[in-house]
Amino acid sequence: MTTLADTKAGRGSTGGAGSDVPPAPPEKLRRRRPHGAQWAAIGFAAPLLAYLAMFYAYPLWRNIDLSTHDYNIRAFVQGDADFVGWQNYAEIFSSSLFAQALANTAFFTIVSIAFQFSLGLALAVFFRNYFPLSAPLRALFLMPWLLPLIVSASTWSWMLNSENGIVNSFLGAFGIGQINWLTSPETALLSVTLANIWLGIPFNLVILYSGLQNIPDDVYEAASLDGAGAWRQFWSITFPLLRPVSAITLLLGLVYTLKVVDVIWVMTAGGPGSSTTTLAIWSYREAFGTGQPDFSPAAAVGNILILVALLFGVLHLQLQRRQEAR
Amino acid sequence: MTARRAWWKTVLGLVFTGIMLFPVYWMFNVSLTQTSDLRSSPPHWFPWAPTFEGYATALDQQLPALGTSLLIGLSTVVLTVLIAAPAGYAIALLNLRGGRVLSFGLIVAQMIPAVVMAMGFYAIYVRLGLLNTVGGLILANSTIAVPFGVLLYTAFMAGMPKELLQAARVDGAGAWRTFISVVLPVSRNSTITVALFAFLWAWSDFIFASTLNRNGDMIPITLSIYQYIGNNTTQWNAIMATAVVASIPATVLLVLAQRYVAAGVTAGSVKD
Repeated sequence: MTTLADTKAGRGSTGGAGSDVPPAPPEKLRRRRPHGAQWAAIGFAAPLLAYLAMFYAYPLWRNIDLSTHDYNIRAFVQGDADFVGWQNYAEIFSSSLFAQALANTAFFTIVSIAFQFSLGLALAVFFRNYFPLSAPLRALFLMPWLLPLIVSASTWSWMLNSENGIVNSFLGAFGIGQINWLTSPETALLSVTLANIWLGIPFNLVILYSGLQNIPDDVYEAASLDGAGAWRQFWSITFPLLRPVSAITLLLGLVYTLKVVDVIWVMTAGGPGSSTTTLAIWSYREAFGTGQPDFSPAAAVGNILILVALLFGVLHLQLQRRQEAR
Repeated sequence: MTARRAWWKTVLGLVFTGIMLFPVYWMFNVSLTQTSDLRSSPPHWFPWAPTFEGYATALDQQLPALGTSLLIGLSTVVLTVLIAAPAGYAIALLNLRGGRVLSFGLIVAQMIPAVVMAMGFYAIYVRLGLLNTVGGLILANSTIAVPFGVLLYTAFMAGMPKELLQAARVDGAGAWRTFISVVLPVSRNSTITVALFAFLWAWSDFIFASTLNRNGDMIPITLSIYQYIGNNTTQWNAIMATAVVASIPATVLLVLAQRYVAAGVTAGSVKD
């Protein structure tokens, strides 16, 4: 099982991260380098460049193309859809579903992240203590995150089942009557968020735990000598020193949660009504969720999501730069 | 005194782990429950009279889907490593011009929602005749792992001792030779990490499977479970048995390669 040394070695293996992307050589040096070396570099990067062009750039371009035309399944095959410009976007923004999808996305994302992060942090601090079995137990915590989402989502569906679910049966023992977790609009969004929190805890735990490992022990020893209790140590040492790692954890959590489809789709398919329809679900449902695919509005919603992702991509880079400068 | 306190923490740790893993236990419990007991209220906390009928049904019906998933997972691993390792080498060690821009592009690529990619792929696959094919699904699945792989290789290779590469150069090795006989063997741990994640992501993919391979002859296990839930809502023991079987790769990899898992999660996202 994992020992501390194991974990360290594990991190060490990626740990080139220390130097991260190599600093670009100064311009003068670069110009003096023979062209041959640059050609070799291009040669090694060529498969990736071709791959990115074919399987990222082209699909994304097709997506923009879809969102500015009026595609239906027939036009899709024949390729003769009418150009409609911003019309799909205008329809999305004026749709009554837009406000709800936005609100659902905000609730799902913010509540998920708040709980994933705080529970992940609490557990990371707890597992920082070395006690018998701490390493294997911490490893077991990864399990929910490694399972196929469809497996976890169907398990949660069954646990939250109104009549035969273990959750209602458990609550029933306390005299709480049957709750229709997934089939009533009041609780459905809460239910999928709950499952998503569970799914996200391991990820937060691992990143925050590795962040904790980098806070030197002597800082705590010094604080301890000064008479700082556990609570004081957390707020005065752990929390501030962990801030850069926390920022990235939250940011990644945000990006991952914004694009969640499978969990919600398997548990509620965005329903009942549109009570669990997030932007990602909306896009998925328009394109693939009904018998009649409506790719153009779906692509428009998808592109809005991409814009949000891009925004966070830039933020991510800024954060990394700041950390490198540290 | 300290020892006793430590054990007290172990007990607490066990309780936390128990709560966290309860859904996993429940999946296992239901998978062993007899069909007649599935609707019993309250549900049994333990499989009283464990039955393997769920597993029998699952294996009887799901074996081909498991095979398809295995094929997709392994092919995705090969494709990902073939593209990512040389690219990491070019960016980290051959000072590829524009390497920084490329790395940024890869970070952004990781943030593109799969549902958006799925639509783009659908549009292309309709024309190319790749819809409902395993090959199309492998290509689509690899887009989840390739950016991650390149970033991880780049980070690791950038930290490689420069003496190693200089020694190879002194011995007269060219860029290709250095890559094959020095860089790749030294990057073994990165390869394991990349392969592990590529496999897990491909194995658990649902979005691409449900959009690009919905009506294929060979469907992966995730889609198969999903269709199973739709057709077969009464046989939850069989559904959960399939779920348990579909979780086996994750469990095996967790036991065998947990340190790589931890390494992979933090790679590229946190500076050590």
